[in-house]
Amino acid sequence: MTETELKPSAAEIPSEHIIDINGVVKRFGDNAILDGIDLSVSKGEVVVLIGPSGCGKSTLLRCLNGLEPIQGGTITLHGEPVIHGEKSLYKIRQKIGMVFQSYDLFPHLTVLKNITLSPIKVQKRDKAEAERQAMELLARVGLADKAKSYPSELSGGQKQRVAICRSLIMDPEIMLLDEITAALDPEMVHEVLNVVLDLAKSGTTMMIVTHEMAFAQAVADRIVFLDGGSIIEQDTPDEFFRHPKTERAERFLKTFTYTK
Amino acid sequence: MGNNFLRLLSGLWVTVRISLISIAFSLVLGTLLGAVMTSRNRVVKVLCRVYLEIVRIMPQLVWLFIVFFGVTRLTGANFGGETSAVIVFTIWGAAEMGDLVRGTFEAIPRHQFESSLSLGLTKPQMYISIIFPQALRNLLPNVINLATRMIKTTALVSIIGVTEVLKVGKQIIDANRFEFPNAAIWVYAAIFFMYFLICFPLSMISRAIVKKQQRSEGE
Ligand SMILES: Nc1ncnc2c1ncn2[C@@H]1O[C@H](COP(=O)(O)OP(=O)(O)O)[C@@H](O)[C@H]1O
Ligand SMILES: [Mg+2]
Repeated sequence: MTETELKPSAAEIPSEHIIDINGVVKRFGDNAILDGIDLSVSKGEVVVLIGPSGCGKSTLLRCLNGLEPIQGGTITLHGEPVIHGEKSLYKIRQKIGMVFQSYDLFPHLTVLKNITLSPIKVQKRDKAEAERQAMELLARVGLADKAKSYPSELSGGQKQRVAICRSLIMDPEIMLLDEITAALDPEMVHEVLNVVLDLAKSGTTMMIVTHEMAFAQAVADRIVFLDGGSIIEQDTPDEFFRHPKTERAERFLKTFTYTK
Repeated sequence: MGNNFLRLLSGLWVTVRISLISIAFSLVLGTLLGAVMTSRNRVVKVLCRVYLEIVRIMPQLVWLFIVFFGVTRLTGANFGGETSAVIVFTIWGAAEMGDLVRGTFEAIPRHQFESSLSLGLTKPQMYISIIFPQALRNLLPNVINLATRMIKTTALVSIIGVTEVLKVGKQIIDANRFEFPNAAIWVYAAIFFMYFLICFPLSMISRAIVKKQQRSEGE
């Protein structure tokens, strides 16, 4: 995977911020999981979040679309504050696509209905038009023939590709992907990562949590290394993987037996 | 003979009436109870659990006696046999139904809620389009099983003097003991057949639903 050169380099990206995270503190009880996180993601940028298990990567993504309340700092999407429990959240969430690690398709709906549910119910779009776009998206991820299937009839990799379509149809400003291949059998990881790589190439703004280091290097404009509730280091993938600047990042990278 | 059959049928109607009324009450009260049982409040949770366990531990027969004789004596209120039966079966049915509703909602994975919300659905939209349909699909076979159990258990009410189908059967058998010594077999066969006619379709429906779910054909 050496597709890095196919994407615009960081310098070419216009610096319009999609998400701004300022001094975010997240506690569970007395336990500060996120302890003052500052991070911005620009339009078209792909930020890959890595760090040891339990360091708060999922928590950060969940805070970004208001699934978790934060105890300090601010999060804004295009300048609009993301506040847990506020009515405004419903609007904001439409602009944030999220795919989780677990297969979270709605089991009682067909693939097509899974995808068209929110455009029809939430955005009040025309059913036929939503279905047409859903079919386009399915074709794009190679699943056009599965539109009428139920989730239980799909493999894990297919489910995750449908979940990606389900988010994309809302035309989000940013996609948040939380270890979307972690629960997959190894032979299915590739098909899903290829879809994500394809999205990155077409300029989709993304924040990705992954343990696939080779993929991280291929897809990222920027690697953000999180540990102990803070951002320890951030850099271009080439710099980060070749010359980690902190000892913690170096130690973390050694735990991966990836070949490069 | 035809007359006896009519008597059996009217006994059966008592059974069905008690069952239907109790089941209807149980569905409504049980659903409410189930909603309460999913509460995060510890005290509420424990109280519901205690209620459920007490209802379960004691045989329905004992409950019938308690309500029919005990409550009557204590309060002076005089419930008829049928009313007592409906009260007891509702107390029982609502507890079981509550537990089913609780279990069904707790079994819906957290990420079903979260992915609904992250798609921008409002909470009412989430419940209507995502949560309730799934809950209903899982609940239905269990509710039918509970209804079947309740119908079968109503046979107990003859003990507190309600003349339901089994009791009518016994009366017929006793009345014909000398003329037709083999009447018992035929009467019980008829009763068996009547229960079968009511409960079999129910269990067929429940099985069909389960099968449909397994194939996940939805709608
Ligand atoms: N709802 C919660 N209540 C209490 N602690 C939680 C909750 N969710 C997550 N945590 C804790 O927060 C920490 C970070 O979790 P998470 O964000 O899932 O880590 P990661 O995704 O980086 O593996 C973990 O120690 C986890 O135990
Ligand atoms: Mg995680």
